[in-house]
Amino acid sequence: MRKFLIRAAVIVAIMAIALPVALFASGGKEQGGGAAGGTAKYAIVFKNTGNPYGDRQMGGFKAGIEEQGFQAILRAPDQPTAEAQIQILEQLISQKVAAICIVGNDKDALQPVLTKAMSQGIKVFSLDSGVNPQSRMVHVNQADSEKIGTTLIQAAYDMSGGSGDIAILSATSQATNQNLWIDFMKKTLAQPKYANLHLVKIAYGDDIRDKSVSEAEGLLQSFPNLKVIIAPTTVGIAAAGKVLTDKGLGGKVFLTGLGLPSEMATYIENGVCPYMFLWNPIDVGYLGAYTATALVSGKITGKVGEKFTAGRLGEKVITQAPDGGTEILLGPPFKFDKNNIEDWKKVY
Amino acid sequence: MRRSASFTESFRELGLLVFIVIICAIFQIRNHNFLTLENIDDLLTNTAILSIMSVGMMMVILTRGIDLSVGSTVAIAGMVSALTVQFFRGISPVVSVLESVAVGTVVGILNGLLVARFNVLPIIATLGTMNVIRGLTYVISGGAWVSSYQMSSGFKGIATGELLGVSNPIIMAVVINVAFFYFINHMRTGRQIYAVGSNPEAADISGIPRRRIIWLVYTLMGALSGLGGVIWVAKFASAQSDTATGFELSVIAATVLGGVSIAGGSGKVSGLILGTILLGILNNALPLINVSPFWQQAIQGVVILAAVLTNVLVKRNNQRFALRRRAI
Amino acid sequence: MVERSIRVERLWSWRTFFLQWEWLLVLIFIAVNIVNSTLSPYYFTADTFLQTPMTFLDMSFLVLPMTMVIILGNIDISVGSTVALSAVVMAVAYNAGLPMVLSIVLCLLVASACGLVNGLLMTRFKELSSVIVTLATMIIYRGIAYVILQDQAAGKFPKWYSALGWGSVGKVPIILIVFAICAVVFGLLLHKTSFGRKIYGMGSNLTASRYSGVNTDSIIMIVSVLTGLMAGFTALFLSSRMGSTRPNVAQGYELSVIAMVVLGGVSTSGGKGRIAGPLLAIFIIGFLNYGLGLVNVQAQVLLIIVGLLLILSVLVLNVRFGGRYKRSVPGTAKKLAAQEHSSETTP
Repeated sequence: MRKFLIRAAVIVAIMAIALPVALFASGGKEQGGGAAGGTAKYAIVFKNTGNPYGDRQMGGFKAGIEEQGFQAILRAPDQPTAEAQIQILEQLISQKVAAICIVGNDKDALQPVLTKAMSQGIKVFSLDSGVNPQSRMVHVNQADSEKIGTTLIQAAYDMSGGSGDIAILSATSQATNQNLWIDFMKKTLAQPKYANLHLVKIAYGDDIRDKSVSEAEGLLQSFPNLKVIIAPTTVGIAAAGKVLTDKGLGGKVFLTGLGLPSEMATYIENGVCPYMFLWNPIDVGYLGAYTATALVSGKITGKVGEKFTAGRLGEKVITQAPDGGTEILLGPPFKFDKNNIEDWKKVY
Repeated sequence: MRRSASFTESFRELGLLVFIVIICAIFQIRNHNFLTLENIDDLLTNTAILSIMSVGMMMVILTRGIDLSVGSTVAIAGMVSALTVQFFRGISPVVSVLESVAVGTVVGILNGLLVARFNVLPIIATLGTMNVIRGLTYVISGGAWVSSYQMSSGFKGIATGELLGVSNPIIMAVVINVAFFYFINHMRTGRQIYAVGSNPEAADISGIPRRRIIWLVYTLMGALSGLGGVIWVAKFASAQSDTATGFELSVIAATVLGGVSIAGGSGKVSGLILGTILLGILNNALPLINVSPFWQQAIQGVVILAAVLTNVLVKRNNQRFALRRRAI
Repeated sequence: MVERSIRVERLWSWRTFFLQWEWLLVLIFIAVNIVNSTLSPYYFTADTFLQTPMTFLDMSFLVLPMTMVIILGNIDISVGSTVALSAVVMAVAYNAGLPMVLSIVLCLLVASACGLVNGLLMTRFKELSSVIVTLATMIIYRGIAYVILQDQAAGKFPKWYSALGWGSVGKVPIILIVFAICAVVFGLLLHKTSFGRKIYGMGSNLTASRYSGVNTDSIIMIVSVLTGLMAGFTALFLSSRMGSTRPNVAQGYELSVIAMVVLGGVSTSGGKGRIAGPLLAIFIIGFLNYGLGLVNVQAQVLLIIVGLLLILSVLVLNVRFGGRYKRSVPGTAKKLAAQEHSSETTP
C-alpha cells in the first residue's frame, strides 16, 4: 500500500512539474482553434535556438504578423539539424497552421515534409536560408545573392589595394547560403578586373567559435602573404576579428564579410575590419510576415511578376531566383563602417 | 644479475609520446610554420581550456564516473560572468574569474549531490544536468548575447594577457596541472581517489570516506569547468547560450586518449598531458597542413585510432619484455 | 529473549512485481499522455498515436542493439556516423547507376561492416575500452562520409522509396511495422535465447563468463554487427524521410539513443535491464516531444523537461529506497520477494 502511494506521488510530482512549466512556456492553455475558430496561426521555423541573429529575425516576423492581427508561432530546434526541423514541421502540420516560413538547415532534406504540408493546404515559403524550389512556393531573400558575392569581392579588392592573396572563412561545408555566395564570389573573381586577386583557400569554421579561430590562425600561418579574409558568416567574421586583433595584424591583414554589428563593433572601431555588410534581420522577418499573409489571402501565388505591399517596407515584386524558383528581395546589403557602427551596435 | 628497469617500462605512455613526435615531424614537413614559436603559442593557448578541464575529468573518470555536463557548465559560468561585466564594467577580472569558478562549483556540487548522495548513475545524472543547465543558460541570458564591446578590456585580458611573455591561459593550465600532479600522487585525498575507483567496496571498508570523495571530484570538475568558462568567453570575446556545445566529448577524448581507464582506478598525469596535447595538435594543426577540408575529420579519426593502437602495442611489448626478464 | 514473528515466505508477490522499473515507466507514459491531452486538443486522436511514431522511430532502431551493448557493459558512440556513412554510400551508388534494391543492400552491408570493424577492434585490442574505440570510429566513419560526398547532397530516390518512411499499410505506418518486428526479434534474442543469457552474464562478470566457457569474443562481434545492421535500417528510413542525404545526417543520435536506453532502466554498469524499458522510454520521450511541441514549447524548455525527467525518475526512487533502485534482471522478482522478507525478519 505504501509503495503504491509512493508511486502515485511520483506521478503527481512529475505532472505537477511538467504541467505548469509547459503551460508557462506555451503562454496559456488555449492554443487550439486554428483555422476553424480563433485567429489564424502563422509559423516561422528558424535554424537553431540561442542564435541572436535568428532571434531578431523571428522577432521581426512576430511584429509583422501581430501588426496584421494574427497569431505568430516562433519555433527553432536546439540543434541546427534538418532532422529536428522535420519534427517541428510535423507538429506544426498537426496544428493546422495557415502558413509556414522555413529557414532551412538543409536545402533538400525538408522536401518530403514540406510537400506534405503544402498538400494539406498550408502555404510554405522559405526565408534567408532557402530550400529547393520543389519544397516552397517562394523564397524571401535578404539580398541579391549575386550582389553579395560581387560586393564582397569588390571590398576585398579595395582593401588589398588591387592585388594579393585572399581567403574565405565560411560556415559549414553544407551551408546553403554561404555556398551560394561563394559560388558567386568565384564567378566574380574570374573577371579580368580581379585578375590579380588570388583566392588561396576556402576554410570551414563550421560556425563554431573555437574551430573558426583555429581555421583563421591556420590561414595566417599557411599563407604569410594573405591580404584579406572574407568571412560571410557572423561567427566566422567575429572569430577572425578577434584573432587579427590579438595578433596585432590590423593594417596588414584586412577583414570583411557579413557580421552582426554588435559583435563586430570592437573590430570595426580598431580598424581590423574597415567595413562589412549585412542587412537588418528584423526587416527580413517582417517581410516574411507579410509574404505569409499575402500567400494565405491569395494575393500572390509565387509566380514571377506578382506584387504585394509589405507593410512599412513598401511594395515588393517576385523575381526569378538563381536556383530555378522564385524569390522576393529585401534590398541591397547594408554597409557598416566606423561612421555608423556606434548607432547600430546596440540594435542587433 | 638484476637489470635496472628500462625506460620503456617506467614510462607507460611512451607509445603516445613517440606517436606525437612522429605526427609533429610529419606536420612540420607539410608546413614549415608548424613548429614556430608563434604557432606553438597559439596551439598551447587554444589547448589550455581543454587541459584545465581534462584534469577535472580525469578525477571523475578515476572514480568510475563520467561528467557529460561540462560543456553546459562552461556556457553558464561564462555567461554569468560576462553578463556581470556587461552591467558592472569596473569589475576586477579577478572577481570575474572567482565568480565563474563559483558558478561552476555550484553545478559541480549539484552533480556530486546526485551521484554521491542519491546514488544516481553518473551518466544519467550528468546527462540530465547537461540538458537542464543548457536550458538555464538560455533562460538567464534571455536569448541575448554578450559581445566584445560590452566586455571590459580587463575581462578580455584574462585570456589575452601575458605574464613574462607567456599567455595567461597557458600559465593557468600549467599551474593547475602541476598542482594536480602533486595532489593526486602525493596527497592522501588524491591517493584515495584512486582507491575509490579501483575497488569501491574495499575503499568503503578501509574507512575511506567514499561518498565525500565522489562528491569532491564532481565539485572540483565543476570548479574547473567554471574556470574554463570564463577563459572561454574572454578568449572569444563572446558569450552565447550555445557556447561549448559538444565540448564534453573533446574533454573525455583527451582524458581517455591519455590512457585513463574508463573502468576507473588507473591513469597517470603524464598520459593525461600527452592526450591533451595530441588532441590540441589535431585541432590546431589540421588547418595548417594544406589538405582539403573534407579530409580533416577522417585524418583526425585515423590519427586518434593510430595513437591508441600504438600505445596498446607498446604496452604489450613492455609486458612481454617484463615476462621474459623474469624468466631468466 | 528476542521475540521473532513468523512470516510466511512468498516466492512472488504483487508488491515486488510492481516494484520494477518498467512499471514506473508505464506510469510516466500515462502521465505524459494525460499532460499532453490537457494541453492541446490536437493530441488525443488515433492519428497521433499511429502517425507520430514515424517522426521518432528512425532513431529508435538503434535503441534495440544499444540495449544489448549497454547490458554487456560497453558503449557505442559511433552509431550516428555509421548511419551517415551507409546512407551516403547508398545514395552515391544509386546515383552512379546501381539499382535501388541493390543500393539498399549495399547500405546494410556497409553499416554491418562498420559494426564489424568496431567488433574487431574491441576483441583484438582488449586493453582498449569501447569508449575510445567507438570514439575513434565515430570520427573516422563520418570523416569518410565527408570525403565521399563533400558539400553535396545526394538523393533523387525512386518514388516508391519514400513510402518506407512516409507510407502506411492501412493506417499503420510501415516504419512502425518494421520496428515492431525488430523489437520482437531483439526481445526474443535477449530474453529467450542462450545468446541473450550470455550477454547478461558477460555484463555481470566478464571474466567469470569467459572462464565458464562463453565465447566472449564472438558475442561481442555479433552484437557489434547487429548494431551496425540496425544503423543501416536507421539510414534507410532517415534518408527516405528526408528524400536525400548529406554527410552530416544523424548527428547527435548517439547521445539521444543512450538517454533512451538509460531511461529504460538499463544499467551502464552492465548485466541489468530488459528490452521493455527502452521500448517504453522511446515512446515516452517521443510523445513528450510531440505533445509539448503541439503547444509550441520552446526547445530550451523541452531540454530542461527531458533532463528533469531523467533525473527525477531515478531520484525519487533512490531517495525512498536508499540504495540504487533494483533494476530488473529477468527472473529475480521471486528473489526480490525472498530478500525483502528475510531482511524484515532480522532484528
